[in-house]
Amino acid sequence: MRPDARRAGPSLAFDLERHFRDGPVVRAALEVPLDAEPVTVLFGPSGSGKTTVLRCLAGLDRPERGFIRFRDETWFDAATRGFVPPQRRGVGLLFQEYALFPHLSVAANIGFGLARAPRAERNARVLEVARFLRIEELLDRRPARISGGQRQRVALARSLAPRPRLLLLDEPLSALDGPTREELRGELRSLLEHSGIPSLVVTHDRVEALALGDRLAVLAEGSVRQVGPVHEVFSAPADLVVARVVGTENVAPASIVSRDAGLALVRVGTAQLLALDPGGLHDEAFACIRAEEVVLETAPGTPTSARNELTAEVRTVSPEGPLVRVTLDCGFRLVTLVTRRSADRLALAPGSRAVALVKASAIRLVPRAS
Amino acid sequence: MDLLALRLSFVLAGLTTAALLVIGLPIAHWLSTTRWRWKVLVEATVALPLVLPPTVLGFYLLVSFGPRSPLGRAFTAATGHTLAFSFEGLLLASILYSLPFAVQPFAAALARVDRRLVEAAHGLGASPLRTFFVVSLPLALPGIVAGAVLTFAHTLGEFGVVLMVGGNVPGSTRTLSISVFDAVEQLDYATAGRTSLVLLAVSFAVLVVTYTLQHRSLLA
Repeated sequence: MRPDARRAGPSLAFDLERHFRDGPVVRAALEVPLDAEPVTVLFGPSGSGKTTVLRCLAGLDRPERGFIRFRDETWFDAATRGFVPPQRRGVGLLFQEYALFPHLSVAANIGFGLARAPRAERNARVLEVARFLRIEELLDRRPARISGGQRQRVALARSLAPRPRLLLLDEPLSALDGPTREELRGELRSLLEHSGIPSLVVTHDRVEALALGDRLAVLAEGSVRQVGPVHEVFSAPADLVVARVVGTENVAPASIVSRDAGLALVRVGTAQLLALDPGGLHDEAFACIRAEEVVLETAPGTPTSARNELTAEVRTVSPEGPLVRVTLDCGFRLVTLVTRRSADRLALAPGSRAVALVKASAIRLVPRAS
Repeated sequence: MDLLALRLSFVLAGLTTAALLVIGLPIAHWLSTTRWRWKVLVEATVALPLVLPPTVLGFYLLVSFGPRSPLGRAFTAATGHTLAFSFEGLLLASILYSLPFAVQPFAAALARVDRRLVEAAHGLGASPLRTFFVVSLPLALPGIVAGAVLTFAHTLGEFGVVLMVGGNVPGSTRTLSISVFDAVEQLDYATAGRTSLVLLAVSFAVLVVTYTLQHRSLLA
């Protein structure tokens, strides 16, 4: 049908439109490669239609228009009225609230999708997946008798057990309380990576997107506006809508140099930054700095409490309402927002020198497990 | 006390309940899942026995059981006796008369089952039929038991329809409620009182069970 839309490698490709009575129209078009980076994040504000897209991909909702293709199969095509029911898509779907069967044991939940397998084989697979997720000791319990974090793992185990060809995760961490979420975020990334199953994660949480995703697709105002590597989309939004959705935040890949007394020294580009150690850091991380939290000076002067003093060259200066967006090169690309008066007083112009001050506590490190 | 009538009433109520589990559950399942725009027509039809006077329902049944109707003729041809004033006719009438008492609680209980659990089952490869038996049915069980108990009790106490299509044949259509009516007509208040007491006790026990199940299903 649209040979030009196909990539060389296997992919999940869709272009769909779902209408709601008296409600919004959700449109989304995306191609997710299945042979490259394992985790794609569909990112967008609440109400943007992320969950609707996921439901259409799983076969639980039928779009009004468009198509969904997985490898060389057509799962949905509005033109030919083709529709593959959810049972035959081989997709693992992780619901936001997990939707575990409350009347079945953890083992029966995990084994639910293996009904066709002989009993011995089914039991072996349940045990294998439970070991992979370290929940063997929960197998006899009911979902009501385990913690939120454990429920998430059981739900993941249930999705993984039938060896799906694609994993769909709807806000996988949002049902968890703060500390548990922090703990499981990095773990989930490595679980997804080690499962070897291409995954599409829906989230509105920026940290979640950074911690889990390889590629990011931004869904806003009814369509996919930008697709690219996670930190690139965050650091360089393609348009104002995307910028509003992802926020004005600098996101740069960082490698850990050393860790000491609750602080971590990381290398970003050619610069070194001192940041708070969030725990769970390995080699790779993303360093996030909000543009509003960078202080600019013209020259190193009086001592300040800011632990990072970066000499920089101004690249661009562009007014943005009452503020001015200043892009700096300080060994990596750093976007800052200052008031017009400050920009005038510092005489910021492309090519001029400046010093950027960033407090260690203003740098957020998001660990990337691998 | 009329033991024959007691036995007949319980057999009738038991068979009606069993039949309505078989007939009512698919109807209830369909009602709780369909998006057909004319579904209200089916809902209204199922609820009709709630508002129709039993005599009206009984009248229509009597006519359709009669020798001039295809149903009545077919039954007589097959069994040698008429459908009206027989136990089989009474059973058929009871099933129709108690239909809303089974279908409505069944449908309400099935509709309360979290839709996401059904979707999760479908996503895990379970057919609609397997999903119904392994997920929906067990989770709706308290409501389904409540509906079954209510059906049983309602059949036990029916009077008007029995009088119209069943008549008063001992051992085959003479139920407890008819027996009470008979006893009173013959001014045998002692017998009427004993039989009434049995019905009162059974009805009360049934309602206690029903409400207990309902509270438990709400808490669960």
